[in-house]
Amino acid sequence: MSGLEQWNWYLDGWIIVAGILCAVSSALLGNFLVLRKMSMLGDAITHAILPGLAAAFMISDSRSSLPMFLGAVIAGILTALFTEWIRGFGKVDEGAAMGVVFTSLFALGLVMIVQAADHVDLDPGCVLYGAIELTPLDTILIAGWEIPRVVVVLSIVLLINLLFVIFFLKELKLSSFDPALATTTGFNSTIIHYALMTLVAITAVASFETVGNILVVAMFIVPPAAAYMLTDRLGTMIVISAILATLAAATGHISAITVPRWFGYQSTSTAGMMAVAAGLLFAVAALFAPRHGIVVVLIRRQILAWKILAEDIIALMYRIEERNPQLKPDATYLREILFSQSVPTSLTLRYLTKHGQLSDSNGNYELTETGRDHARQLVRSHRLWEHYLVEHAGMSAENIHKQAEKLEHFTDRQLREKLNEDTIATDQDPHGRPIPPEEKTN
Amino acid sequence: MKPFVLVFLFASFWPECLILAATETGTIQTQQSITDRSIAIPEWNDWKRVFLLKDYNTRIVVFGTTLLGMAAGMIGSFALLRKRALMGDALSHATLPGIAIAFIIATGLGLDGKTLPVLLAGAAVSGLLGVATILLIRNMTRLKEDAALGIVLSVFFGAGIALLGIVQQMKTGHAAGLESFIYGKTASMVASDAWLIGCAGLSCMLISLLLYKELTLLCFDEGFAVSRGFPVILLDMTLMGLVVVVTIIGLQAVGLILMISLLVIPPAAARFWTEKIVNMTVVAIILGALSGMIGSAMSAIFPNLPSGAMIVLVATAMFLFSMVFGIPRGILIRKLRRHELNRKVNRQHLLRGLYEFLEARGRLKEKQSSESTFVPLSKLLQMRSWSLAKLKKIVKRAQQEQLVVALQEDQLRLTKAGLLEATRIVHEHRLWELYLITYADVAPSKVDQDADAIEHVLEPEVIAELESLLVQQSTEGILQSPHTIEIHQEETKARHSSRRRST
Repeated sequence: MSGLEQWNWYLDGWIIVAGILCAVSSALLGNFLVLRKMSMLGDAITHAILPGLAAAFMISDSRSSLPMFLGAVIAGILTALFTEWIRGFGKVDEGAAMGVVFTSLFALGLVMIVQAADHVDLDPGCVLYGAIELTPLDTILIAGWEIPRVVVVLSIVLLINLLFVIFFLKELKLSSFDPALATTTGFNSTIIHYALMTLVAITAVASFETVGNILVVAMFIVPPAAAYMLTDRLGTMIVISAILATLAAATGHISAITVPRWFGYQSTSTAGMMAVAAGLLFAVAALFAPRHGIVVVLIRRQILAWKILAEDIIALMYRIEERNPQLKPDATYLREILFSQSVPTSLTLRYLTKHGQLSDSNGNYELTETGRDHARQLVRSHRLWEHYLVEHAGMSAENIHKQAEKLEHFTDRQLREKLNEDTIATDQDPHGRPIPPEEKTN
Repeated sequence: MKPFVLVFLFASFWPECLILAATETGTIQTQQSITDRSIAIPEWNDWKRVFLLKDYNTRIVVFGTTLLGMAAGMIGSFALLRKRALMGDALSHATLPGIAIAFIIATGLGLDGKTLPVLLAGAAVSGLLGVATILLIRNMTRLKEDAALGIVLSVFFGAGIALLGIVQQMKTGHAAGLESFIYGKTASMVASDAWLIGCAGLSCMLISLLLYKELTLLCFDEGFAVSRGFPVILLDMTLMGLVVVVTIIGLQAVGLILMISLLVIPPAAARFWTEKIVNMTVVAIILGALSGMIGSAMSAIFPNLPSGAMIVLVATAMFLFSMVFGIPRGILIRKLRRHELNRKVNRQHLLRGLYEFLEARGRLKEKQSSESTFVPLSKLLQMRSWSLAKLKKIVKRAQQEQLVVALQEDQLRLTKAGLLEATRIVHEHRLWELYLITYADVAPSKVDQDADAIEHVLEPEVIAELESLLVQQSTEGILQSPHTIEIHQEETKARHSSRRRST
């Protein structure tokens, strides 16, 4: 039983459309929240609109949408404003300022609701979970089409956000990355900041009633964060975040219907599953992103570690040969000097043998000609560096070995030539050992 | 007539009480309808009952919230200094899927899914998972702390809601009420809850006390901690683990929003009162305890006020008070200090202006009472970018301090004390100029402005050092020191005109 046989293009279609509209309009603004390190603001605003709702209800004495909407948006903007004040005037850390403001406003809202409303239908549960499933039931007629009210509202919000991002992309970019420069180039980054905050509040309020605050918060942060893992360009990041938001909304709803049935239950919360879907997309992006992904970074680091181990081994072999040409060391001998683990060492030895840098005679290793060339260059780099560090960087001879040990792996022929010139073509390192020539001399 | 004293005391604070005080003399008992949710002003007996903790219920709630406030205040201080104030927010959301899964597993095993230890264990596991995820994102990707918190918060909470949606369909076990783990029911706290909070809270405080030095180091200089060989990641995990524990016990008792605020607000308020971490922790503990105590007492007195929200609002009131009036970091004291400094700077500029004016005309050595030592206001106005009104204000203040005497509307003269002070200031100004020229290689035409900014904040020790450093050079006549004033009239004039150009 997949659950999809109950798929209803009218109902489920509109739910997905509402989800996508909410997700994309949040994600568009979310890019700038993530870049400005203000990710938690979405969460703060969605909590803090409660007193705005309560006040609007008390003043207008009705549950009609417009006053409530205005009240909530004003409360949302006030959240951003108060946070900024407490941060600026009180010199409080941004996160703490946010925490103070939104918990206080939420508490105030709770007290107001308890006091003001005997039978007001402001269930906190509805605020948190939302009722995106009920989206298609509340429709209005536009040009002969029955369109859910939510979809109309969210479309307008999306349009506003899209226009804002397109027209003010340059300003947003500049004020996100370098507010000081933005101010010096002549436009006020404070105005851009509060315009962004206002739109965040509008988006959060427009979405929270219908799709729940948790989905808004998730969509503000998760798709942009995933996009940030995937690209270094702002324009690309915005586009990717919108695509990911769309994907998350669609797969979220489908899995809300299907996944619980695998375990014999009915469908579950769509908003919750959309957040989970976004989270999974983020996990994939964070792990496998081509340049910044965790896995890629780890692999790159591991490969480097192995490369360094391989170079350390052949350089060591060269030094052994230098001192005692008869000695043919085995793996244990090498490991004792290099302090390396047994498995990586034996793997690296096998790799070196296979690539013709070492020859293996019953566990005793010897450098081949190719290996010796490579090793000579490494030792040459090492000793040139040592010489340079003593001669030109004024370091004492005891401390240079570690530095040279690091630098030798990243020194190419050109740099060696340069070092050779700078160290006045000497042929001894500070410890008195010979610096081998670049090419083999016979 | 004790009750009336109290009523009137209150009336002076709260105008609404006045009306009630009048009516209350007549009838004592007022019938309340069930739907009437307005705040009834309680009677004396209610106040007495609450403040003397006569009700068993009140006692427990006040005791529990106070302890919670203390523990949260202490742990929250570290979290705040580590710039993780919103950690509690993320973690309290992250516990939800754990609660739901624990319920599902427990019911599947035939246990009562709503046993507290089971649910708390579930919450702890998923909270720690949240911590691990946050650390992973922060340390392994290029995303920052805030994004990591936001991602964990929203995704975990979303998963929790999806799981709750399933839990509610389960036939076995009654899932209703699981949400109270999110919102909490402070007023219905029972003795075992208070004991749980007490034990867990105290052990958290004990652990952070034992790790005080390490945690302090972690908060202020992570890099140094690493270099000294402290297990930073382990310490980080411990701190966050403490946050998880406090969050979870509080979550169950008082709800999510309250828990966040107890972790954030008292430490943030305490920060205004001190520069020392020990003091900050102590103040945060006290403020946390006070807000727990007062908030729950208020809600016990006014039955229609939700206690969780009241605790937050009490904490907020304390925060606002601290932010404005806190010493040494409150807004007021900092404004005051800046104002003082501005005054001092203006006064010194005025005195130096007078001195240099006289010096340029060689009238310093003349008798103070003679006509020639008068300086017209209009000349001073040209020296700095002062408006006339501002200059008059500065002059007036200097007059009060008896540094200058104004003879007519626009004629000024230094008093004896004023001349002494002016000589000192000019001396310091030129010392610094000389230092900049000799040691910092600043061009002589540039030093005036630099010295202008720094001369007001030079400590006596610095002056002494500068003097011993520069007295030899000063005789060579690179720039005048007070001993060789008269020679440099032209240059002083030139510098004045250059300053006028620059303003």
